[in-house]
Amino acid sequence: MPEPKEVKAATNDVAIPDQAGPVPVAVVEGATVVEAGPAPGKPRSLWTDAWHDLRRKPSFVISALIILVLLVMAAFPGLFTSASPRAGDLSNFYLQEPQLTHFFSPEWLGYNQQGQSVYARMIYGTRASIIIGISVTAIVFVFGSLVGMLAGYFGGVLDTLLSRLTDIFMGIPFLLGTMVILVSFDTRTEWTVTFALAFLGWTTIARVMRGSVISVKQSDYVAAARSLGAGTWRILLRHILPNAIAPVIVVATIALGGYITSEAVLSYLGIGLSEPAISWGGDINRAQDQIRVAEHILLYPSILLSITILSFLMLGDAVRDALDPKLR
Amino acid sequence: MGRYVVRRLLQMIPVFIGSTFIIFMMMYALPGDPVRALWGERAPDEAQMAAMRESLGLDDPILVQYWNYLTGLLQGDFGTQIASRREVIEVISDALPATLRLTALAFLITVVVGVGMGLVAGLRAGRFSDRGILFVTLLLISVPVFVLGQIFQTYLGVRWGWVTPTVQDSENWGQLFLPAIVLASLSFAYVARLTRTSIVENRRADYMRTAKAKGLTQRRAVGVHLLRNSMIPVVTFLGVDLGNLMAGAIVTEGIFNIHGIGGAVYRALNSREGSTVVGIVSFIILVYLVVTLLVDLLYAVLDPRIRYA
Repeated sequence: MPEPKEVKAATNDVAIPDQAGPVPVAVVEGATVVEAGPAPGKPRSLWTDAWHDLRRKPSFVISALIILVLLVMAAFPGLFTSASPRAGDLSNFYLQEPQLTHFFSPEWLGYNQQGQSVYARMIYGTRASIIIGISVTAIVFVFGSLVGMLAGYFGGVLDTLLSRLTDIFMGIPFLLGTMVILVSFDTRTEWTVTFALAFLGWTTIARVMRGSVISVKQSDYVAAARSLGAGTWRILLRHILPNAIAPVIVVATIALGGYITSEAVLSYLGIGLSEPAISWGGDINRAQDQIRVAEHILLYPSILLSITILSFLMLGDAVRDALDPKLR
Repeated sequence: MGRYVVRRLLQMIPVFIGSTFIIFMMMYALPGDPVRALWGERAPDEAQMAAMRESLGLDDPILVQYWNYLTGLLQGDFGTQIASRREVIEVISDALPATLRLTALAFLITVVVGVGMGLVAGLRAGRFSDRGILFVTLLLISVPVFVLGQIFQTYLGVRWGWVTPTVQDSENWGQLFLPAIVLASLSFAYVARLTRTSIVENRRADYMRTAKAKGLTQRRAVGVHLLRNSMIPVVTFLGVDLGNLMAGAIVTEGIFNIHGIGGAVYRALNSREGSTVVGIVSFIILVYLVVTLLVDLLYAVLDPRIRYA
């Protein structure tokens, strides 16, 4: 299979579509080319440019604000509700309808079949989703980048071995694979789920990183650094990594929303977080038996879950637009 | 071309062995004992349990077990379920047709609706219909499949009675339509967005100007030149996605009461029927590998500049 053509002239003003090879879906081609130039004064890097763009983008600002609120919700759920998510009062509140005018009070979004406040459970359920989403992304980012960097930079036998290993893990169906891992744990905490998702999730990032490193390592500045006597690790960390990481950041940001979805799906199937833990997926799973009688206990957690995923996706989209010079 | 295919087929062997080995290890090496599970809450008869483990080969070292499993697999022997004594191949072939029908319909919807929406949005980039399609697809991506399934089932099926809420007969394509849309929702949203990006990138390309200059109709220029050149990222995604659809059917099948692979694997997982789980997962891995090869061959069809030696 021919390698995708990696180096791309981002400065061409006529965009000649270049499809000389299979384009991996998530790879943002050309995003690694930094248009710094030898201009005197303060050179603007890809990152300064990107930040400049991002601040002016409504979708970035909105999603970043929502994510900020979600982070605060995850860290200090007590700020948002006084009710306890576990205290249930069956005799008074069984499946009570929402009181939509009582903003932020425990009865705002109604009660579930155990007489627990739906609103409080939504607030307290944020932590699991956020912790899992962020920690899976962090692990996958570090491990996948490392594998991809080693494979791309050293090439040869190491590349073959690591690429085959990536292929093997990529062949395992993600959802089924995580289910197989998780079903063997009796109690599943945030960390168990994180482990399962990260164990099978690092492959895309490794591939993107590998392609990106291959395209960067032929650059003149890498040759210059080498001829000045820089060591392998210095070249990798100071010269290649900063220039190859942009597409990886894009993929990782978009993947974060996907991991939150996966956690919700697993909890929904009853193989995610186990019982005392509060998670949106688990609550939605228990709500589906009541959907014909009381749809509010399914609807509101679903809306919050969707808003969370949507914000991370919008953030990822905005970051991609900002880091892809082709779209400038 | 022929040599390329042979080389790729040979490369598949270690990947297949590796993937099935990992699934096998996870299924057997981690805690949970299917033989002990047969007794449920009752105290097991130690001697009988030991005899069963012996006859099932569960006391062998894990590598020996894997070797026996793999050689069996190559001879078409998927093993036997421990609790029900059914042949795994029989369990799979009972469940497979429903899942295949559902997946095929979902795949068809993904291609038709996804490419169609992407084409409309891409050709009208920046206009109202483009923004509308982008918004709808973003919404579809962010609403998890199980929520969408529940909502569709409750409203379209139960409240308004437009469709049958659950599938009573999985050979009835009409009943499978709603579950297939739900299963495909995520994929066609992605396909629409990919197609749109690709079309926007290519529609101002030189060959499009040439096509217009030489007097081709808009329809032909778009249908033959633009679409064909924009399909490579979409085809890549579709190839990976087919396996995901089959695995993702586990949620959709549960909601809409379809007796397919998803339910079989779910039950097998909970009762630690390793051979069933590994068998089904191996099948999905095989589908994935074959489809990725087909996708790579399709690149050359879409773009004649790509040659395989």
